[in-house]
Amino acid sequence: MRDKSLTEKLLSPDVLAPFAVGIVFILGWDLLVRIAGLPPYLLPGPLLVIQTLIENWGDLFSSLTVTFQITIVAFLTAAGSGLAIAILFTINKWIERSLFPYAVVLQTTPLVAIAPLIIIWLKENTFGALVLCAWIAAFFPILSNTTLGLNSVDRNLNNLFTLYNASPWQRLIYLRLPSALPYFLGGLRISGGLSLIGAVVAEFVAGTGGSKSGIAYQILIASYNLQIPRMFAALLLVTGLGIVIFAVLSLISDALLKDWHESAVNPNQ
Amino acid sequence: MLTAQRLIDPPHLSSVFGDSRVTSSSAYSSSTSYKDVAPTVILDRVSKVYPSGTIALQDVDLSVKQGEFLSLVGPSGCGKSTVLGLIAGLSKPTQGDLQWAMPEFRKDLAFVFQDASLLPWSNVEENVRLPLKLAGQSKKQTQQAVTEAIALVGLKGSEKAFPRQLSGGMKMRVSIARAIVTQPKVLLMDEPFGALDEITRNRLNEDLMNLWRQKRWTVVFVTHNIYEAVYLSTRVAVMGVNPGRIVDDLVIDAPYPRTEAFRQSPEFGQYRRQLAKALAEGME
Ligand SMILES: Nc1ncnc2c1ncn2[C@@H]1O[C@H](COP(=O)(O)OP(=O)(O)O)[C@@H](O)[C@H]1O
Ligand SMILES: [Mg+2]
Repeated sequence: MRDKSLTEKLLSPDVLAPFAVGIVFILGWDLLVRIAGLPPYLLPGPLLVIQTLIENWGDLFSSLTVTFQITIVAFLTAAGSGLAIAILFTINKWIERSLFPYAVVLQTTPLVAIAPLIIIWLKENTFGALVLCAWIAAFFPILSNTTLGLNSVDRNLNNLFTLYNASPWQRLIYLRLPSALPYFLGGLRISGGLSLIGAVVAEFVAGTGGSKSGIAYQILIASYNLQIPRMFAALLLVTGLGIVIFAVLSLISDALLKDWHESAVNPNQ
Repeated sequence: MLTAQRLIDPPHLSSVFGDSRVTSSSAYSSSTSYKDVAPTVILDRVSKVYPSGTIALQDVDLSVKQGEFLSLVGPSGCGKSTVLGLIAGLSKPTQGDLQWAMPEFRKDLAFVFQDASLLPWSNVEENVRLPLKLAGQSKKQTQQAVTEAIALVGLKGSEKAFPRQLSGGMKMRVSIARAIVTQPKVLLMDEPFGALDEITRNRLNEDLMNLWRQKRWTVVFVTHNIYEAVYLSTRVAVMGVNPGRIVDDLVIDAPYPRTEAFRQSPEFGQYRRQLAKALAEGME
């Protein structure tokens, strides 16, 4: 049974279990606010947050679109550059040896510490600066995962290609890249969320200086004005976007791997 | 050449088999004795030491005759895979010589690995096509050869299936189809059926034997299964461990097609016991 109906999918434990946890969490949150009598400027109840979200949908959603643009450009750039540099690494071990430590440095330097510099340097191009910050956050998992994948080729398959006198190019196209695909897709799934976080962090650092205002700007302004329900509503939107990004990347990954890879095989079938 | 002759007919054989072997030998010699056939590959006092310091092979003399079905049996770690890798050119001997008596054969060899080693992202057809694709041939040029190879191993109808949809036996068939699609002259098989259940193994043995007789390949077949070795081979070389070496070399002098009757025959039992004894000696 490969193709299940949509209702069957929606009723599977994979969907029902987290859904149930969500319900319990929201009910608990609501009860806590009611019983403790918390004022909305400390912790607004879930209903109030939803209500605020609906009332401010126009504002918040257009800000989210700005953030999403930064996220998607940074993500695609990270995917492209991560893959390209990983391939470069496999072509020559010396390139990997000399450059990989710097990729690690890039990854371990706190983004909030370098974002102000980047924003100052790219004063003329705020969008570019924000994209660069998000790229830094998203790049490393793709690079390291793909590098690992390109080097994890089955030994016998490697021998087989040697036996048939495969050129380095054929080995890359027909063997190493397909072998690396599951690793690359795993990297994408991690980086999808990271590029969103990177974009939001960069927007925070840029503060109100930016010309177009992303969702972090809305959160900042709301907190200055003590509009806590509005802050929560914006937060909810960012979280929702993160989940959507993850889900879409998972679907793409499953579709690409469905014929052959264990990770895409439904354990129930 | 001289070393090859010596190995093919070890002097102690006659004492073990006595008269019975002489009669069977004269009855079937035309069908399975490769004594007078030219060798394809000759290993001349070959040693292989891995960088880790493991002496995988020491002073191995072996000559593979054109058209024979040679089995290598031996405990694991005795260097069987190393021998195949040397013949395939995947590694070089540390000492000694490996010569191709017929250099044109060297290009025409194919390898079958124990775990089938298929590309999991490609379907049966594309897996079988791989060697031709790597040789730069187009899809159109290769279609007939691919279809034929798939039919030969009995997988017609499964062309579009992916490896993970196939049973272990079917994967092995794909692997064999991929090996024979280039019309090789030499087929190297490294414990191809080791992971299969007995029924599947027997069926594949049967099919392999028929294909070999039909195509006249030279086969070097690695196995740890004595029954399989005796049943299939024209000759069996027994290897010993620590260091890897050849301890016995036995011609299986029985006509083809071999059937269940051969398995039940007293000769089969004798060959089997002879190999078991050599194996036990090789463990020491
Ligand atoms: N690439 C390698 N590097 C180091 N040692 C190896 C390598 N391949 C095999 N060996 C060692 O060489 C010996 C023979 O191995 P192998 O030819 O695989 O034996 P078999 O196929 O008979 O089990 C073993 O001790 C094994 O551990
Ligand atoms: Mg082996």
